[in-house]
Amino acid sequence: MSFTLSAAALTACSDDKDATSATPAPGTLDIEVSHVVGSAPLTLNSSTFYTTASGQQFKVSTFNYYLSNFKLKKADGTEYAAPESYFLIRESDPATKAFTLKDVPAGDYTSLTFTLGVDSVRNVSGAQTGALDPSNGMFWTWNSGYIYTKLEGSSPQAGGNQQLVFHIGGFKKPNNTIRTLSPSLNGAVVQVRNGRTPTVHLQADVLKMFTGVTTIDFAKLSNTMGGPSSVLVADNQAAGMLRVDHVHGN
Amino acid sequence: MFRNRLVWLALVGLAGPLLAACTPDADVAPAWEVPGATVPVNFPAPVYPVDQNPPTREAFELGRTLFYDPRLSRTGDISCGSCHQQFVAFAHQDHRLSHGVDNRLSTRNAPALQNLRWRRELLWDGGAKHLETMPLAPITNPVEMDETLDGVLAKLNADPTYQRRFEQVFGRKPIDSQQLLKALAQFTAALTSSNSRYDKHARREAGGELSAAELRGLAVLRQKCASCHAGELFTDESYRNNGLDAAFAADSGRAGITGRPQDVGRFKVPSLRNVALTAPYMHDGRFRNLREVLDHYAGGMVESATLDAQLRQSGSQPGIALTEAEKTDLLAFLATLTDEAFVRDPRLAEQ
Repeated sequence: MSFTLSAAALTACSDDKDATSATPAPGTLDIEVSHVVGSAPLTLNSSTFYTTASGQQFKVSTFNYYLSNFKLKKADGTEYAAPESYFLIRESDPATKAFTLKDVPAGDYTSLTFTLGVDSVRNVSGAQTGALDPSNGMFWTWNSGYIYTKLEGSSPQAGGNQQLVFHIGGFKKPNNTIRTLSPSLNGAVVQVRNGRTPTVHLQADVLKMFTGVTTIDFAKLSNTMGGPSSVLVADNQAAGMLRVDHVHGN
Repeated sequence: MFRNRLVWLALVGLAGPLLAACTPDADVAPAWEVPGATVPVNFPAPVYPVDQNPPTREAFELGRTLFYDPRLSRTGDISCGSCHQQFVAFAHQDHRLSHGVDNRLSTRNAPALQNLRWRRELLWDGGAKHLETMPLAPITNPVEMDETLDGVLAKLNADPTYQRRFEQVFGRKPIDSQQLLKALAQFTAALTSSNSRYDKHARREAGGELSAAELRGLAVLRQKCASCHAGELFTDESYRNNGLDAAFAADSGRAGITGRPQDVGRFKVPSLRNVALTAPYMHDGRFRNLREVLDHYAGGMVESATLDAQLRQSGSQPGIALTEAEKTDLLAFLATLTDEAFVRDPRLAEQ
């Protein structure tokens, strides 16, 4: 034990010397998301209906989704993967719509990549905590795995009780709904420095769940919990639900 | 961390004999260790390794209390142990289908809980993909325990004894879902059955002598059954349609998870360990004894689109050709898979 301790102490000394002379101190990056329905801000349980591109009406009572596995890339191709970056965003809880990546190496980043959903490994890694706690209501118990996006609401065009239940999840082929996104920064450079925290402002458009690759007709599809129908919605989401609205330099 | 554990074990090892030396021999009890903490030498490497949730006595005993606590159900009537009884290898004696709260009935037979460290997927359809998250299925299923995760946590956090025991094990409060699930896994992962007469035979240990009929049965099993009931765990962990029905309207089995038509009517191949104790048999508990099961395999199967290819290899009638003598020998061998030490281990019993 004493050998181990002294070795660690020596290592720590030499590390410190290197750090002060060469590598600049890391910084932080803030991410903020806002939710819209087309050009209007999303309001849960709104008094009036929203309208899809194909003219169907709907309201939203729940809108939750996971963003995870954030990666930042510099112009020279070097990439930083933020460890343990799992975030559950809930429209009903404003505190979840802003979060921070800490200890990001200083640098000028020209590309941002993240997962809409939860990687397959974490779906089968046992009891998790924090954003991935099954208590958050984003975990299937009968066919275990995470719900990546949960949108619930209603539509007069939906059959039966007119409820909309879109629980998008599943990680096994052919019904994998994990999508990796790299929305354009529109030429912006994210400058991470010690003492200077840039903010990337993302915008998620609910309408894009129902249009894009496949137009969703609520009369035919109003309830999905994984499976082939969820794949259609995931493909729509990947085609443009999340975009970078702007980047603050701070 | 690991190094510290080794040092600690070494210290205990030293202190143990010194202390024991001072007490009369008659009072020396064998050291208490968590059951299943050692991988049996005749078993493959576990899927859920021991160091992922390292067994400790406090955590194991906490998991055991939870396993036998009916407060995990909405009504406070049904515990995990209600449908998983130790004396029948943690299956449910005499019950074809699982009984839930308010006398609700499941569509499936409660399986034996044993050697769960070696399971990649659990339940008859493989819907549960990890030992730690598996209890969420029965806890929240309306025809089983019909409780919510938040409901269970609220009850546990309202109990000072649970508060104290959880904090002792995990060093933080309040009790959260990760603690609950890891504590339960301490108990379920400990359910290792590896000391049947067959095991002693396989490991060439004392007490492992098999009779001529038992050895003939083992040979029949390895020849005619081992393509599914494979290896030392006596299952290949696959999902198969073994010719029970022509259609599967009531329960599509694996297809309910995958959504694939080729999985309709497929169910998990169960282990044969302790099989003499775990009647009734099949996913819906339709067979009362092992003779009925063997009769089904030998001549009772019905055709369907997804009937397993392994069962179509002998002539026109699907199934496995078995003579009456072979059935008798198989029954003799299957009894050697009964692990009396496992079903009587007081450490696994409700306290």
